[in-house]
Amino acid sequence: MDAKRAKRVDYSKFGYFFILPFFVTFFVFSFIPLVDTIRYSFFEYYRSGLKEVGPNFVGLGNYIALLKSDLLRYAGNTFTLWMLGFVPQIIISLVLAAWFTDARLKIHGEQFFKVVIYLPNLIMASAFAMLFFTMFSNSGPVNSILMDMGFAKKPIDFMGTVGGTRALVGLMNFLMWFGNTAIMLMAAIMGISPDLFEAASLDGCTHTQIFFKITLPLIRPILSYTLITSMIGGLQMFDVPQILTNGQGSPDRTSYTLIMFLNSHLKASNYGMAGALSVYLFIVSAILCFIVYRMLNDDGEKKSKRSKKKEAR
Amino acid sequence: MRKKVFSLLLAALMLTSLLAACGGSSGSSAASGGGEAVAGEEGKIINIYSWNDEFKTRVEAVYDKIDHTSDDGTITYLTDGCEIHWVINPNTDGVYQQKLDEALLRQDSAATDDKVDLFLSETDYVVKYTDKDINVAMPLTDLGIDPDKDLADQYEYTKVVASDADGVQRGSTWQGCPCLLVYRRDIAKEVFGTDDPEEIGAIVSDWGKMKDAAQQLKDKGYYTFASYADTFRSYGNSISEPWVTVDGPDVIMKIDPRIMEWISDSKEWLDAGYLDKTIKGQWNDDWNKSMGSKSKVFAFLFPAWGIDFVLTPNWDGEPGSWGVTTGPQDFNWGGSFIHGCTGTDNPEHVKEIILALTGNADNMEKITRTYTEFSNNTVVMKKFAEDDSFGTEFLGGENPFKYFAPAAEGIEMTTLSPYDQGCVEIIQQSFNDYLQGQVSFDQAKNNFETAIKERYPDITQIIWPEN
Repeated sequence: MDAKRAKRVDYSKFGYFFILPFFVTFFVFSFIPLVDTIRYSFFEYYRSGLKEVGPNFVGLGNYIALLKSDLLRYAGNTFTLWMLGFVPQIIISLVLAAWFTDARLKIHGEQFFKVVIYLPNLIMASAFAMLFFTMFSNSGPVNSILMDMGFAKKPIDFMGTVGGTRALVGLMNFLMWFGNTAIMLMAAIMGISPDLFEAASLDGCTHTQIFFKITLPLIRPILSYTLITSMIGGLQMFDVPQILTNGQGSPDRTSYTLIMFLNSHLKASNYGMAGALSVYLFIVSAILCFIVYRMLNDDGEKKSKRSKKKEAR
Repeated sequence: MRKKVFSLLLAALMLTSLLAACGGSSGSSAASGGGEAVAGEEGKIINIYSWNDEFKTRVEAVYDKIDHTSDDGTITYLTDGCEIHWVINPNTDGVYQQKLDEALLRQDSAATDDKVDLFLSETDYVVKYTDKDINVAMPLTDLGIDPDKDLADQYEYTKVVASDADGVQRGSTWQGCPCLLVYRRDIAKEVFGTDDPEEIGAIVSDWGKMKDAAQQLKDKGYYTFASYADTFRSYGNSISEPWVTVDGPDVIMKIDPRIMEWISDSKEWLDAGYLDKTIKGQWNDDWNKSMGSKSKVFAFLFPAWGIDFVLTPNWDGEPGSWGVTTGPQDFNWGGSFIHGCTGTDNPEHVKEIILALTGNADNMEKITRTYTEFSNNTVVMKKFAEDDSFGTEFLGGENPFKYFAPAAEGIEMTTLSPYDQGCVEIIQQSFNDYLQGQVSFDQAKNNFETAIKERYPDITQIIWPEN
């Protein structure tokens, strides 16, 4: 009797044990802080020097104070900085992906170039920003080269102007991410049946026509996925402008992003304000995630519906 | 059967490895316990919080128990078997204070070896830590130091600054920081026809004359100072009221008229071309390069540590190219205070270090000789000032203490507040945009208010001077 029971171990439940560590760590390190963040967002709670103030319940006070501050302006900055990086990034990535996957071009050393364009992504963003900060400083190498070559008489104050700072941030984000996007798009293009390209070229399509009429429509799901993930990444933009502008978003806070704003609240250990700001960011990110989720799922549903229709026929 | 034996064996192995791990940690804690016994009541590890290695070099130079420092510079071994662990975080943007505050708030619950034993503070925020209600810096008497006897020769103002509201001294410094005009001799010769400190001193003896000199320098293609930040301290340290006063629930910030004068004068000087517009503030690459031999900058206003710690490493020309003289105004810039931290498990070592650096005339003389430091000791400084045979190679054989010592007498510092570092940083950053012509004056004021309220959320009111 006993022996029988021992033999009948229910293996189906073992799976739960295997996923338990994840749920425990998630609960302790992510879920509790998350709930705490939301809870503190309703409190006045900060440190002044070594004296702690609060927590005093203030209801929605922090949320209202944030809306009254320059929150929307910083959101605008974040969006501008993201766009400056994203637009060139997606264009260049598309062109590169189309070239590398084109069977007729037969580019040699494809693997080598894939590695090279991905390399900037391996550098830590803050180190990259530090490098740019030094290169484009008034007495930096870029200015000395420009002056030696006679393009500029006086050093150009790149980081002293709104356009200069924003352009540098955009350039850095572009350099860091275009390789990543290009490789993702390449994978998407390679997923398209080669028959289609072959048929198109047999019918006398030009490269441009193939690109716009076949490639682009067929990689649309991946394109929109790239757009949304990049948008979420852009929303969290921090290290590049932080390091480049010394945490000031200078001049006049025109390159001040939302997370830099969050960071400056955390400097005073202002958990209440920072919590409220995080909740705002959480809501925006959640909406974006929801869109991605719907998009990917809708696509799946449509396909399955289509295949069902085919079966019905 | 064989399977069962195998699994048992595996289980046993796992258990033993677990036990072994436990055994290892208990063994090491026993070892550190043994170390404590050797050093008496003292802990084995002395944690020192600082923002650069200036203090470290001074301790290594004069503390008699130093054995050697590890190659990466993070641990210094003492001859009695103890170790100094250096915890260094940068000062800018309040990072150092943030890290220190975290550690101080954990002080009660931290293990004895993790407790902060000694920390430094700068003049900008020394009062934050010497506050008697917060009580993080130990009164020196509790360490067994009698300020009136052991530190009798210190400059009076340094003792006042390091004392709490009741006049109990809670910190001590080894340096005084009167600022002088440090100028390039070659430029002085070309523009003024002389590089003699006395004659240059006469040319720049007040701000009005300084401005005439600036025009002469400009005519020959030179800048007087590198940036407007270089003159900030001479205005900022002569404010008549503290930046922030606490009045019951109200925390009121008053911007002193002197600060507004700094803004208007800086604008005037910058527009006139007396300052290099491409250098925005201090402690950046452009500023460092302005101290190089290719730079067109005539002078800096530096205390003694500035010459040793900032100017010397950045100068790439011949030694002897700089000179010092009395500037247009006496003022103090910086100064690092040493505090014994409440709850330390190494009070003896802390006492020894404080006394070795700030109470021992021989050591202070040695520091002055090695690093051209302005030591916080009236007797030693007087000796140097009157010693005509003393001179530093970097300054072309000139004896800077001839000018430093009288400048230190004129320093008064009674207007400190715990908010100073943030105020000093943010006012310069906010008005940098205005001075560079990026924003209007009113917009710069707004930006200052926004930034200061982010840094110090407890500030309830900001008052600008009327004019």
